[in-house]
Amino acid sequence: MKKTYKIEVDCANCANLMEQAAKKTPGVKDASVSYMSLKMKVEFEEGAEEKAVMQEVFKACRKIEPDCEIEF
Amino acid sequence: MNLNKKQKKSLRRIIISAALLLAVNLISLPELLSMALYAASYWCIGQDVLKKALKGIINRQVFDENFLMAVATVGAIALALFDGTGDFNEAVAVMLFYQVGELFESIAVGRSRRNINELMDLRPDYARLETENGLEELDPEDVPVGSIILVQPGERVPLDGTVIEGSSALDSSALTGESMPRDVSVGDSIVSGCINLSGILRIETTKEFGESTVARIMELVENSSHRKSRSENFISRFARVYTPAVCCSALALALLPPVARMIMGMEAMFSVWLYRALTFLVISCPCALVISIPLSFFAGIGGASRAGILVKGSNFLEALSQVKNLVFDKTGTLTLGVFEVSHVESFGMDKARLIELAAHAEWASSHPISLSLQRAYAKEIDRSRVSNITEHSGYGITATVDGISLAIGNRKLMELQNVSCEEISHSGTCIHVAAEGKYAGYILISDLVKPNSAKAISELKKLGIERIVMLTGDNHSSAAHFAGQLGISEFYAELLPNHKVEKLEELMAAQKPRHKLCFVGDGINDAPVITRSDIGIAMGALGSDAAIEAADIVLMDDDPLKIAKAIKISRKCVGIVYQNIVFALGIKLLCLVLGALGYAGMWAAIFADVGVMVLAVLNAIRALNTKAV
Repeated sequence: MKKTYKIEVDCANCANLMEQAAKKTPGVKDASVSYMSLKMKVEFEEGAEEKAVMQEVFKACRKIEPDCEIEF
Repeated sequence: MNLNKKQKKSLRRIIISAALLLAVNLISLPELLSMALYAASYWCIGQDVLKKALKGIINRQVFDENFLMAVATVGAIALALFDGTGDFNEAVAVMLFYQVGELFESIAVGRSRRNINELMDLRPDYARLETENGLEELDPEDVPVGSIILVQPGERVPLDGTVIEGSSALDSSALTGESMPRDVSVGDSIVSGCINLSGILRIETTKEFGESTVARIMELVENSSHRKSRSENFISRFARVYTPAVCCSALALALLPPVARMIMGMEAMFSVWLYRALTFLVISCPCALVISIPLSFFAGIGGASRAGILVKGSNFLEALSQVKNLVFDKTGTLTLGVFEVSHVESFGMDKARLIELAAHAEWASSHPISLSLQRAYAKEIDRSRVSNITEHSGYGITATVDGISLAIGNRKLMELQNVSCEEISHSGTCIHVAAEGKYAGYILISDLVKPNSAKAISELKKLGIERIVMLTGDNHSSAAHFAGQLGISEFYAELLPNHKVEKLEELMAAQKPRHKLCFVGDGINDAPVITRSDIGIAMGALGSDAAIEAADIVLMDDDPLKIAKAIKISRKCVGIVYQNIVFALGIKLLCLVLGALGYAGMWAAIFADVGVMVLAVLNAIRALNTKAV
């Protein structure tokens, strides 16, 4: 399953780090963050619970950039 | 200027902090008061950074730029206190400029994001639906397939459909970059995103909004920034190494030289080296470098789509700039893919008469050849003049027209009829005509090259494309004819679709490692070849879902000149990216060296950092302008 989420972040490097963090989150098969279109694309692993995984992704991203947002 | 809430807050803080800093420097105040003013100014501008730095430490994000700026400025304040100079200007100013840079970046990126999105904004606001209670304005997303909608002059066609009433001219420039309006009338299919110029059109919709051309194009362009270019990946990897590396060298710079000096029996000068180390921290922020690359590609892709060239990812735009081998499909790509009478030779009657007889004899056939004969005749066919039509499958037909018995077909038919005819070496399909058992002449029917094909090939050669190859399923003589006409020296003919893939793989294996091979086709029956090549370009893709699906780069119209344009756009964009990488890295390295030697202080470092970022961002936005390339 692939989903795209709107994000809010205002530094390009943070966006890259968020991508790294999302990729490392369990349940995420692949992720990419586009700083230019302010979107995060997440491919979930088979059987992963979307909401729960995204909660974890969000937590990990918040650690990198305390005022980032992900709409999920 | 439209600033969002965050930006306004930041601007307010910058102004207050700058005013306080100015005041404390202009007015002579008692020491305690001036210290308080410095502190107020610093807190005003730096509170967010300090807070985030603290959070960063808690979250173990030590190489986060907030942390670095916090350490650098707090360190500078500590040094000033320690040295007893009481000069806190530097610390406050560094933070101030850092914030000015951040604000600029945020505004510039936000603006170009908006500009490019506006450029791409083909989204129709409403669809005017015909219902029992008259016209109703609806969100295009809510219009089901098969509805009747009305589009008035000046409005954007909201959904793909077929014209059922009215005629008009459509401006498709937002989709194709082609400014010439296209005429449509009843029965024509039209795509969403075009602007209706002259008449009212009633349209029966054939697709839902999500499947319509506009939605697909917008989705494609929006997704393009997710497919990252090699340089983008390089820089984000580099950034991950760069910051820790500079921080480590800062630490080394703070400790090693003083210790070495002590060992050599000189004064340690701890504060001098500490200051230089703090300067390093200021330079270690990677953001200027990181932002300009995706921004350049985003702008390049935006500019390209303005010209009717849709690029599905930054990686493809980057790869296109390295193309050295270009492989073309022939029919429909370099040629129009239509069959026209190109040459007539007649014996014993004039050419027009020959065409007239042939067109009449063939009237009952729906074969493309017979259709092109009828187009060449261009007059009404009088069926009563024709009798005795017999079709000889694989050979041609015999018929009687105006009382003349005719045999029309290939050489074999002529042999069957015991008519001797000459061998024709021209390209295309040759139709021999015999009248009353005597050879009357032949009609050549062939495809036509597109008006811009030859120019496109010569442009591509000028761009340094080393190998241009044409692949075709057509026969050898016809392929040779077209290749010669277009100036293509290498071609492979009589290839079945699977042979095209094999040939392409052969060509890809033969190229040098860093070179890229690009295949250009019309996307109709060459999807496997398009998919297999390094970069697959589909042309004339407006309205063709299969082509949009298979290709990496989609040309909305079918002008082969656009290929050269696409390559030029990609080279300009990649050129800007390299300029930015070299420039930003160069300045940073220079500052590091000068900082280590003590020639550049924190002031210079922050100026260089913000300055480089501003210039890199401005340079990146240049990629948006694709008109002049």
